[in-house]
Amino acid sequence: MNIVLNEPLSQISLLFVSAAMGLLAVALLMFAFQLARLKDDPTESRFERYGFWVLGAGTVVLGVGVFLRGVAAQRVPWANMYEFAISGALMILTIYLISLRVKDVRYVATFVTGFSLVTLFAAVSLFYVEVKTLMPALQSYWLVIHVVVAIMATGFFAIAAGFHIFYLIKAAGVGRALMDRFPDLRQLERVAYRFNMVGFVAWSFTLIAGAIWAERAWHRYWGWDTKEVWTFIIWVVYAGYLHAMATRGWTGKRAAILGLIGFGAVIFNFTIVNLFFKGLHVYSGL
Amino acid sequence: MASSSRFSPIFWGRWFWRQLTSMRTALFLLLLLALAAIPGSLYPQRSADPNGVRLYFDQQPEFAALLDSLQLFDVYTSIWFSAIYILLFVSLVGCVLPRTQVHLNALRAKPVETPQKLERMPAYLTAAAKGDQLDRAEQVLNSRGFRVRKLDDSVSAEKGYLKETGNLVFHYSLVLLLIAVGLGGGFSFSGQRVLVEGDTFVNNLASYDAFSPGPLFFENELQPFSMTLEDFEVVYDLRNPANLGQPVDFIANVTLDDGLTNSNSDIRVNYPLEAPGANVFLTGNGFAPVITLYDGVGNIAFSGPVVFLPQDSNMTSLGVIKAPDASPEQIGIIAFFYPTAQELESGAYASIYPDPIDPLLTMNVYLGDLGLDAGIPRNVYALDITDLDLIAGRDGPNPPIELRVGEMAELPGGAGFISFDGLKRFASLDVAYNPGGLWIMVFAFIALVAIVFSLSVRRRRVWVRQLAGKIEYAALARGDDDGLEELIVDLRKEIEGD
Ligand code: HEM
Repeated sequence: MNIVLNEPLSQISLLFVSAAMGLLAVALLMFAFQLARLKDDPTESRFERYGFWVLGAGTVVLGVGVFLRGVAAQRVPWANMYEFAISGALMILTIYLISLRVKDVRYVATFVTGFSLVTLFAAVSLFYVEVKTLMPALQSYWLVIHVVVAIMATGFFAIAAGFHIFYLIKAAGVGRALMDRFPDLRQLERVAYRFNMVGFVAWSFTLIAGAIWAERAWHRYWGWDTKEVWTFIIWVVYAGYLHAMATRGWTGKRAAILGLIGFGAVIFNFTIVNLFFKGLHVYSGL
Repeated sequence: MASSSRFSPIFWGRWFWRQLTSMRTALFLLLLLALAAIPGSLYPQRSADPNGVRLYFDQQPEFAALLDSLQLFDVYTSIWFSAIYILLFVSLVGCVLPRTQVHLNALRAKPVETPQKLERMPAYLTAAAKGDQLDRAEQVLNSRGFRVRKLDDSVSAEKGYLKETGNLVFHYSLVLLLIAVGLGGGFSFSGQRVLVEGDTFVNNLASYDAFSPGPLFFENELQPFSMTLEDFEVVYDLRNPANLGQPVDFIANVTLDDGLTNSNSDIRVNYPLEAPGANVFLTGNGFAPVITLYDGVGNIAFSGPVVFLPQDSNMTSLGVIKAPDASPEQIGIIAFFYPTAQELESGAYASIYPDPIDPLLTMNVYLGDLGLDAGIPRNVYALDITDLDLIAGRDGPNPPIELRVGEMAELPGGAGFISFDGLKRFASLDVAYNPGGLWIMVFAFIALVAIVFSLSVRRRRVWVRQLAGKIEYAALARGDDDGLEELIVDLRKEIEGD
């Protein structure tokens, strides 16, 4: 039962994570250049191409970092806030890079890259902890299932939030010259909807898996613990969003704002609730 | 007369029902539900954190009373929270029932007649006719899973009924899930019991330290079994400097006797024991020093293991011994247990490690009336010292009694002797049963599968019309669908074979 942790390896992992941050920063710069140039020249794509190469490289390096962290801790690398954050950033980037092959979602590259970078920055500077053994309540295969799906849902919600933001900017008529080169509003709304849909299904699964795990670990499937409360709130807000999309008069801006409120709740749940609220889910590790 | 009927109760009833079952209301109630759930995470809740509520009352009694009158310590069972979700579910049923009727009719009906003006459809194209293609169109649409209706000069087809089926099943599952939560909670029970190594628990109401049944619980739900805690083990991390001494596993080894067979198994966190009619969970643990107390006339006034409640992460533990039968005076003891004791500069002790490497027991001894005869139930973990005389203790006339395992000491003034005979561990166990759990899980998973169909299936109508010299293709979708153009282009290719 006794696991041997490998702190030196965890330091190497941190090095990879930091290197990935550097690459992401470069990619972000390139995407920004691209946007600046795109305004005048719709055929511009040089910076974007390079940007995606760097982003891809950053994702691979981050993947190595996350993997090494798992090896160092002898378990899945998502058991405290630092680990959620690096795994989350990896998940968002991976989902995004895969989505690019399915659909043209290049427009949110700046948002996705920027968001991942901020997440990693917070992870390294605010949430970092040494590798530790798991408290008994976390020693369960439900940790693997429940948390990985939660991170996945967050990834989809995050990318959708990017589309919501660009939707609102475009709908407000800000930065016309640039926003004219973006897909039309309907298109932005539709893609956000697709991502939120997948996110919602994944979040529903997270909720169910969490209840099953809670029954095992805390002998009740639902107890309105603070984390459970916020998971429920997020689920209900996104259910509201899906209803809005089916209600005349509630699509468009209102739906986009609802989607952003939902994502705001996701971020709140991960940061404020983890750090400052009292509850059974005390595993920020800080 | 028209005006009076416009304002009749029936009119208002209809109006109210229409409002309640509109999508807009559903949306509003959902958002309201999310909003109403927030306070429950800001204020401690009686159900999850009764201690926090008590603290609130201690620190800000007036504010706490105000919060309490608004049911903010019981948000999820409050009138206002219940009102919202009950309205939501009434609305849901009112919404979904008529839709079910419509959908059942649609499932039985043939696809609609081909509309006159196909060019008004969101996807439309025409092609030069190469002979009669309707049979071919029927065949192709059939093979793509469409339900097809052949008309005089056209074919009308529809697919994706599963979308609405999924949507309806999803909403019904939520209703059933809520019912399962309610009924399951009604029949549920949970009971707590502290068990010292070597002790046996028999499953009946009298054996529980605390018991909370649901409103529909019957005593005969408790099935007969007995369970003995053979051994309790804590595994500490001894290899990693980062969390040296942190517990990594708690293992309660128990023997379960259900009247027919004996079986031995381990209960661990996350791995409850399946006993007859209930699961047994491990929720806590601690030390139970075995103590014998002789009174002033030489009789044994107390003997056995005493459950000590842990006070910190190094298992400094607090225990109380009450000997009401002691002569000439009743004896009460407040004792501290340090698994690995270290003396501080002040002369007090602290535990520096949770495992008993150098265990020490220190005791404050009191004489006097323990107040146990008054018939008022007393907390076994607390001693009311207001009317007692301290005879040994840090602020007393004599120093506190200190004992290591196997030692015996004399109490001051000939009050008796006390010995520390051995050390056991105890486990706090939760015996819980909730028949709703399984059903909740079933409905939750049905809902999950149904919502996937509801969200991913596309409901589409397609028409192919043969005119003199040309063929028209048109498609219409329920909701937003960006694949319609592609669909009819593909269809045309497949039908016309190029
Ligand atoms: C517990 C509350 C509810 C939850 C969690 C919930 C959840 C959902 C979800 C996730 C969807 C998306 C499926 C889709 O877009 O196809 C949906 C659709 C829908 N919901 Fe609800 N719902 C609830 C209550 C209600 C109520 C009260 C009504 C009626 C007043 C309603 C009517 C509908 C309808 C009509 C759709 C389909 C929209 C469409 O045609 O695309 N729901 N619901």
